[in-house]
Amino acid sequence: MAPPTGDRRFQKGGIDIASFLFTGVTGLATAIILAILAIILVNITWHGWEGISLRFILSGTDQDMFDVEKAGVLPMIVGTSARVFLMTLFVIPVGVITAIYLTEYARPDSVYTRIIRGAVNNLAGVPSIVFGLFGLGFFIGFVGGELDLLFHPDNPEPVWGKPAILWASLTLAVMTLPVVIVATEESLKAIPPGLREASLALGATKLQTVIKVVLPQAMPGILTGGILSISRAAGEVAPILFTGAAYYMAGYPSHLTDQFMDLGYHVFILSTQSPNIEQTRPILYATVLVLLLLTFTLNIVAVLVRSHMRRKMGQGH
Amino acid sequence: MSTKKAPEKADDTSSATKEEGHPARPLIEVDNLSLFYGQAKALKGISMSIREKIVTSFIGPSGCGKSTLLRCINRMNDLIDNVRIEGNICIDGENIYGNDIDPIALRKHVGMVFQKSNPFPKSIFDNIAYGLRLHGMRNRTEIEEAVETSLRQAALWDEVKDRLNSSALGLSGGQQQRLCIARAIAIRPTVLLMDEPASALDPIATARIEDLVLELKRDFTIVIVTHNMQQATRISDETAFFYLGELIEFNNSTTIFTNPGKKQTEDYVTGRFG
Repeated sequence: MAPPTGDRRFQKGGIDIASFLFTGVTGLATAIILAILAIILVNITWHGWEGISLRFILSGTDQDMFDVEKAGVLPMIVGTSARVFLMTLFVIPVGVITAIYLTEYARPDSVYTRIIRGAVNNLAGVPSIVFGLFGLGFFIGFVGGELDLLFHPDNPEPVWGKPAILWASLTLAVMTLPVVIVATEESLKAIPPGLREASLALGATKLQTVIKVVLPQAMPGILTGGILSISRAAGEVAPILFTGAAYYMAGYPSHLTDQFMDLGYHVFILSTQSPNIEQTRPILYATVLVLLLLTFTLNIVAVLVRSHMRRKMGQGH
Repeated sequence: MSTKKAPEKADDTSSATKEEGHPARPLIEVDNLSLFYGQAKALKGISMSIREKIVTSFIGPSGCGKSTLLRCINRMNDLIDNVRIEGNICIDGENIYGNDIDPIALRKHVGMVFQKSNPFPKSIFDNIAYGLRLHGMRNRTEIEEAVETSLRQAALWDEVKDRLNSSALGLSGGQQQRLCIARAIAIRPTVLLMDEPASALDPIATARIEDLVLELKRDFTIVIVTHNMQQATRISDETAFFYLGELIEFNNSTTIFTNPGKKQTEDYVTGRFG
């Protein structure tokens, strides 16, 4: 096709059908996803809003948890927040150190490295209910049992070898470990090697370089991994089913060996154990809404911390 | 390829003398140094003497081994897998490849500036304080004085004195490179290795770096790798020409560029290849 001459050389030649269709299809896909999200959120908010009140959020369930007038979810909020917090205490150090080893120290072609990477990938694919059983068998049965033999041999009741917030948090930590490892590794790899060279050329050891130069710069990525693991863990029920969630508990967990109530588990209970589902439905929706709001709040806080860090580091980019 | 003769020639005609008229003494002795990347021999039996407190430049076409040799002097090649070294390098009489030598401690005395400037994503002050704190300086006043001294020496003080706490990444390319130089000299090394420090900079920034090098040679022994032969002529006292891993010729810079002894050298400096 001969190019047009004269004034018409740079003018538009007409509509490009292919580009138009492509834009249309991608726009449609985005719209569908947003629509699904909107439907879920609107549905939950619509039905749950009537159940939400200050009393609901701030009081416990001393009385009937199925009674709309008297139900409260504060113990569940506390329980969920506490187990998520404990989980991050375990998962972030272990995950970050593993990622640092894999990125900075391990030889890429060695057998050990490949075994570790394989293990991390496989861990990510295990169903969450299997983690629950693992937690029961390993943490509660084995570790808890051994601790009881060591510290409470004369006590007929298990102290450590029973469902507890400690074991539930550890189980969740094991489950979300791959997420933290991968996110940390990606952010470590994104740091240009020139920075490490500069530090080493000044007479720093590898460890000093990692701690003083590499880690601070990888912090936003590490926080991303933390955020992802929190989001995943806050709503998980299967891993805590056998390892620490309680149907009903008076009071709040005050010791690592205590059980706890949980928002997600409570949703399950309300759905399946209620004597009158019509009556309980508003509580159910309200509980789900509270869980969503809690997860949302945890995410927002973490995202704010991360963007604050990014701004402090990135001035001049 | 006998190059041991070159320093003796340099003694007679050299510009590499200090003001008192004595030839600058050798500081770094490279003794039959070979380097292997796996099976491939990248440096082939290099022997040379680098003198104290002058500027020595390494020139040669890409891949000739000049940067590799430079990185041997502060043992940065140790960080690469599959690298094997034969022969040794002595700095001030001490073999830096000896069994009892700690490469970390060595690098405090042999600093390096890289081709692409690599300031830490920290403030200008913290970039320079990093090396100082690494080696034990704790007193805030001491650190502040040392930071100012090295920024002045790097001809950067006036431009940044009012924003020492702003991010180093906000500086221009030439300023960042001068910051990297300041960072390297802050810990007062004996030797300063520079790997094409101005190749990524515009001509004006390059000229400032060159002026800086001429100033710095009063306090530091400088070895500079450069692609730019005019630069080597301008700022170096002695020049070593490398080709395919071998040291072809090593003499004072005037001789190398106006009256080279070997044909290969002459071909390179006149631009016939490389």
